[in-house]
Amino acid sequence: MKCHHCDNQATVHLTQILNGQMHKMDLCETCAQAKGVTNPENLSISNLMDKVEMEVDTANTSMVCESCGTTHQEFKKGGRLGCEACYHVFRPVLDPLLDGMHAGIKHLGKVPAGSESRIHFEQSMGSLKKKLQEAVEKEDFEKAAELRDQLRDLQNESKATV
Amino acid sequence: MFHKILSKESGGKKQPKAIPVTLSTRIRLARNLRQFPFPGRAEVAQKRAVLSKCIDAMSGIKGLNNSISVEVDDLSELDRQILVEQHLISPELSQVEEGSGIVLTQDRSCCIMINEEDHLRIQVLRPGLDFSSVWKHADEVDSGIESAINYAYDGELGFLTACPTNLGTGMRASVMMHLPGLVMSKNMDKVINAVNQLGIAVRGLFGEGSDANGSIFQISNQQTLGESESAIIDRLNSTLESLVRQENFARDKLLQDDRTRLIDKMSRAIGSLKTCHLIQSAEAMDLLSLVRLATDFGMMPDKFRGLADRMFIEVQPGHVQLSAGEAIEPNQRDELRAELLRNQFLRAPLLDLSSHS
Repeated sequence: MKCHHCDNQATVHLTQILNGQMHKMDLCETCAQAKGVTNPENLSISNLMDKVEMEVDTANTSMVCESCGTTHQEFKKGGRLGCEACYHVFRPVLDPLLDGMHAGIKHLGKVPAGSESRIHFEQSMGSLKKKLQEAVEKEDFEKAAELRDQLRDLQNESKATV
Repeated sequence: MFHKILSKESGGKKQPKAIPVTLSTRIRLARNLRQFPFPGRAEVAQKRAVLSKCIDAMSGIKGLNNSISVEVDDLSELDRQILVEQHLISPELSQVEEGSGIVLTQDRSCCIMINEEDHLRIQVLRPGLDFSSVWKHADEVDSGIESAINYAYDGELGFLTACPTNLGTGMRASVMMHLPGLVMSKNMDKVINAVNQLGIAVRGLFGEGSDANGSIFQISNQQTLGESESAIIDRLNSTLESLVRQENFARDKLLQDDRTRLIDKMSRAIGSLKTCHLIQSAEAMDLLSLVRLATDFGMMPDKFRGLADRMFIEVQPGHVQLSAGEAIEPNQRDELRAELLRNQFLRAPLLDLSSHS
């Protein structure tokens, strides 16, 4: 079988289903590399992205993740996100993509119980500490004492569950 | 130490017997740590921090007893190639430069890649078809690690991964299938098309973009979000059952319609394996595939199925060099590979056609 782009022997055979239609392409190693087909998942994403782009406001092209620096352009090109915060930043362009990519858009699998409760604990501690600081600054000592007790209870609770 | 694990013949404990059509089962879970950029975006120092955090979290975990950890930089080119050929690491991980690692159990049933595309890729493999025990092992290791590490997780989107195609469960469940009947009857394209519609992917022996030498294909779920792990496995399992049925049907039909040609092919394959002096890995894979097929038809003793499976891996270029004890040129490899196969098939009998006459 010959390569779709040159006369070399085709060694990479790509089959993709996009919008219910099958697309087939036979490429040689060199052309496959040049086209970035080494990872078909990438290709399907960029194809999907082209479709999504038309539907999404062009203002999105200036989106950038402040946490890791990944730009919308980079995501479009490589199909990879840079960090967990990217999932919030790129959510508007991500949602239509996920819809076409997966069986649903809501996680129905395993829940990491430990991570969830530890994160919840950290967040609750953080917010209580902040409130305590504010109360102290306002010299509202009654409120501060109450918050200090809540903090202590939360800490004891977490120790008891470990 | 690492070298010793890789060159061990079989994975420690007694291996399940090789069965027709399904070679092996695998589950891979993609996980990332909270508050660290994904590996593709991380500085070397951040990758190192993730690596040591992960390795600390893995010590003493049930399901990782007797495991060793290494950094990818410390491995030779050949060791990396062997890990790829044994399907323990991805070709991508074998190319990384700094800050990536591997944790491997002595029996090679569990191999964790650290700082590949995601911080963690937990993989459990087993011969034959056995999703329930493979999932149990992977789940146990995952929960063990998670008890010491906070994963990047979102209540709605599930486990957050570098590529949105892995989002949610982060799970890729797959089986390696031997489908010579569908290949010879030229039905493979139709089958690939049909299973793709069901959200199931078909790839060659070494994953994305690789050739399907020896009629071996990797069948896996494409979708990871919107379904539970057990629903994904159930869906994959029912596709596999139907694939096995189709394959058996294609084999029976070939034997019925084109009996002499098929027997001639299998018979000559054994002859070639017994007498070759120069052989490339692709040809060896195709001959071994015919031996496995003949065994499934009951024309060869059962033990040849396991031998074919072992040889599928040992004829790969890295393994031939491992047996030579050094890196050697392709020409020399072909000679050594032929010698290995000649020795292994020295006493192989002729096809037993008594039950098929």
